Amino acid sequence: MDNLTFFTDYLSASLRLSVPLAFAALGGLFSERSGVLNIALEGMLLSGAFASAAGAVLTGNVWIGMLLAITVGGIVGLLHAYLCVTLRVDQLVSGLAINLTAAGLTSFWSRILFNSGQAQQLPGIQTIGIPGLQNIPIVGSLLFNQDPLIYLLFLLVPFTTYLLFRTSLGLSLRAVGEYPRAADTAGVSVTLVRYTAVIISGCMAGLGGAYLALVHVKFFAEGMSAGKGFIALAALIFGRWHPVSTAFACLLFGATEALQLRIQAFNLNIPYQFLVMLPYVIALLALIGLAGKSTPPAALGIPYIPESREQ
Amino acid sequence: MRHESSRIWLLLSPIVAIASALLVGAVLIALSGTNPVTAYTVLFTESLANYYGFGSTLTKTAPLLLAGLGVLTALKAGQFNIGGEGQIYMGGLGSTLVGLYLQGLPALIHVPLALLGGFLFGAVWGGIPGYLKAVRGVNEVITTLLLNYIALNLVGYLVHEPLIEPGAPSAYSPLISQSAWLPIILPKTQAHAGILVGLIAAVILWVVLARSPLGYQIEAVGLNPVAARYSGMSVERTIIIVMALAGGLAGLAGSSEVMGLKHRLFEQFSPGYGYDAIALAFLSRGNIAGIVATSLFFGALRSGANVMQRSADVPVTVVYAIQGLTVLFIAISFAIERRFRMIRIKTADERR
Repeated sequence: MDNLTFFTDYLSASLRLSVPLAFAALGGLFSERSGVLNIALEGMLLSGAFASAAGAVLTGNVWIGMLLAITVGGIVGLLHAYLCVTLRVDQLVSGLAINLTAAGLTSFWSRILFNSGQAQQLPGIQTIGIPGLQNIPIVGSLLFNQDPLIYLLFLLVPFTTYLLFRTSLGLSLRAVGEYPRAADTAGVSVTLVRYTAVIISGCMAGLGGAYLALVHVKFFAEGMSAGKGFIALAALIFGRWHPVSTAFACLLFGATEALQLRIQAFNLNIPYQFLVMLPYVIALLALIGLAGKSTPPAALGIPYIPESREQ
Repeated sequence: MRHESSRIWLLLSPIVAIASALLVGAVLIALSGTNPVTAYTVLFTESLANYYGFGSTLTKTAPLLLAGLGVLTALKAGQFNIGGEGQIYMGGLGSTLVGLYLQGLPALIHVPLALLGGFLFGAVWGGIPGYLKAVRGVNEVITTLLLNYIALNLVGYLVHEPLIEPGAPSAYSPLISQSAWLPIILPKTQAHAGILVGLIAAVILWVVLARSPLGYQIEAVGLNPVAARYSGMSVERTIIIVMALAGGLAGLAGSSEVMGLKHRLFEQFSPGYGYDAIALAFLSRGNIAGIVATSLFFGALRSGANVMQRSADVPVTVVYAIQGLTVLFIAISFAIERRFRMIRIKTADERR
């Protein structure tokens, strides 16, 4: 393999590895911008991965798997919203409870549905080349010969940015996350906005999980999200709750993981455990380095109580 | 009168949460094609009413209790320690190093030293996120989580390369010196003194929290950090100390596994005790006696689950689902409780 192919191959792998992270992180962005902390991303990813595998195995159709992943992710989001917004459960506790329950339930059902708890050889998704553009050197195969979900992600990043910062819907969302009392006074339903945002968050994380299971590895294994939801959360903080920088943070983590896989393949004398550790270390360093500068939405983690006089 | 009723609810809500989780678990078991009554009967008689089964329950209770105390300690100061799993691995590593490299000591000295090694390693692993939270304001939930994956891989590397037993078929360290083993407390079972370490730690922790100036500071920081700061306490220092203490306690869970059960360091030796610990701390609602009771319950679940899988053909994983659901239901019960309290305050207002 010459250097150029290696390089494009590496970039392409980085991109693919960052896709589940990016879906989850953009989902988390909606939730957190509306003021609801989302530690549950991990559980949403895992539920999505499982639902997509189950859907694909039972029907033999990848797209039904995807749809099921989005639905199940949305239901998990609904649960998180109900707990956090309506019941005003501590948002961390709710997220942790969802993660633990998702881990248990997906393991349980995967042992019932699939032999030995693993679904192997799932049907994959074909890449679609965009005529003309895909023939451009390097960039062509990287950006224009990918699977449809990557194209969706390319559209989603600018779309989210536009939605958040250029529309009245986005303004409402941000207002609810920054200063819910003012939003409420202005006639925005804090409850409705938060519910919608957290459900969207679940749907997107579910789709990220589906990508992980159906496109990436083409199997489902217990606990396969393996902390990716938390990395997505770190990317969100690293990206300062902005879609574009969050997407780049995800790309950074994806690139780290791809590097890790390549160093292993090259048999360099670095113990692979250190390479596996690398994304987590980078996430940690990113958090330490930027903690002072990044400001979360002001009402993040605080339940809104209309009848109280505070806030 | 009001005080009385809230005390009863304090005891009742975890029981209601556990019962609800068991009920959902029963539905899952029924869906998997087994009679839930049969499955639960096997689960609980084998883990609590059978001598050998009870021994195995105690073996599983020990790390749960210690790791649960770790989460609870942090929670007292308002800190979420989700890093129990990583701290367990570091604790196991600390005890292994003391057990391997200090030779020729009498057990009376070697055992406490190995425990201390585990405590210190865990304390460092918990202290790092504590320091980052206190000094740099980095959210401890994410840092403790990330450190879990780092610890797991670090231990994985060590048992694959520098610490590997020469000629071992898979990755594990050599046996630690027998003088660092925790003795067996129930003859002919695996039940070792780790459970006693847990109970002693629980008592010491209770004394520290309820009777010492440090305990007072921890409580004050947990209840209202702003007020604590105004009264002249160093909130930062307290957070670092409490997180190190929490990490140390979880570290002891790793020590107990290495010194009492496996006698060597294995890759992935903890089956998620650090995550169960989170559930325990919430279930017991900050109550140390509650942690002892709930860790015994979770220990029984874990030890009975294997028998249930073998004899009733129900996947072990149903137990993980039950554990997660328990946390979910306890979270809901908090909310219901608060709603009741608000209604009560409202009616009191109206009466006035």
